[in-house]
Amino acid sequence: MDKKSKLSILTNGIIKENPVLILLIGTCPTLATSSSLSNGLGMGVAATAVLICSNIVISALRKIIPDKVRIPCYIVLIAGFVTIVQFIVKAYAPALDKSLGVFLPLIVVNCIILGRAEAFANKNSVIDSALDGIGMGIGFTLALAAMGSIRELLGTGCLLGKTIIPNFSIGFFNLAPGGFFVYGILIAVLIAATKGKALKKTNFSCGVCPMYNSCNLAEANEEVAAEAAAVAQKGAEA
Amino acid sequence: MTNLIIIFLSIVFVNNFLLSQFLGICSFLGVSNKMSSAVGMSGAVVFVMILAEAVTWPVQQILDKFGIGYLQTVVFILVIAALVQFVEMFMKKFLPSLQKALGIYLPLITTNCAILGATINAITFEYSFAQSMIYSFGAGCGYAVAMIIFAGIREEKMNDLGDAVPAAFRGVPIILVAATIMSLSFMGFTGMFQ
Repeated sequence: MDKKSKLSILTNGIIKENPVLILLIGTCPTLATSSSLSNGLGMGVAATAVLICSNIVISALRKIIPDKVRIPCYIVLIAGFVTIVQFIVKAYAPALDKSLGVFLPLIVVNCIILGRAEAFANKNSVIDSALDGIGMGIGFTLALAAMGSIRELLGTGCLLGKTIIPNFSIGFFNLAPGGFFVYGILIAVLIAATKGKALKKTNFSCGVCPMYNSCNLAEANEEVAAEAAAVAQKGAEA
Repeated sequence: MTNLIIIFLSIVFVNNFLLSQFLGICSFLGVSNKMSSAVGMSGAVVFVMILAEAVTWPVQQILDKFGIGYLQTVVFILVIAALVQFVEMFMKKFLPSLQKALGIYLPLITTNCAILGATINAITFEYSFAQSMIYSFGAGCGYAVAMIIFAGIREEKMNDLGDAVPAAFRGVPIILVAATIMSLSFMGFTGMFQ
């Protein structure tokens, strides 16, 4: 891997590999906590804090953690940081704690955090990993904020609780289906704006999952593909 | 008894994990491209969800007894990860046919928010042991219902849409729009069980 500049590592997560809009990971918190701008921002900041801390620690320990048990180790480290963030949010922002609910502890299983640990922090230096964490965190927060403001504005006519468009509300956008819809539209706009170049994934598949490399399903899929190819070849020969 | 039935039905239809609470969306969008994998994944989720609930509920009582309930997140994810590993080894040894059907989906489940979400929710709602078992069974069933319907739609109708879809919507966005419509139809259940 060639040496990348610090700036490109930082901006990588914000634009080129935005976790939500380009890599299509972390969809659960994206859809669930973007019903309003304040929720989206709160979730983004909480996840960013965990992501930066876990990236730094995992990168610092990358030579100590044995390769075979790395995933459980990462999960325990991440869970520790999530517990700290839970305490802080409970103490200083109880309203946010209430509206995020179960999604605050669920940062543990946020694909972005484990995904970055697997894809970046266990191969790169501490400073690079911290920058990657900051960039990815900002990218996640911006995407959540964008979705949150669209959904809050169209759903209630307000933004951060202040009325922007009086007597206007389309309840659909505040509810569950609106989340899927706004996410789909945002990705479609992105594809149209970049003529399909930005999005590397053309379909939802296992490839987006951070567990992909250590997962048996990927192997099984490859086996199935290999078998199908063999059958096709036999057919062609006959 | 009616209480238990209401918990079950409301988690399957009204508060469906995938379509109205957004728990487990990664696997919902990722594994639903083939019916066979959707069925396998749903089976594995139902199985692990019940087991995880049966283990984490007593664990929470122990944590509360020692006044360390705040360790919930760390302990639960560890318990679930260990449980999945253990189930995998047990099935390999004693139930090879089941292992063949569900085994490949098990590692995915450790990081599935639906499992951790169900166990934490059952504690937050202060359910009794019987209630939380029904809750997690219902959550798993709801997951299976949504997953299998969506996989059916994708396999039947969405594999070769071709020119029927505007260029910008091909691939990912149209899947999300289909999920929107499914989620809308499940909203019809809102208010059924109070």
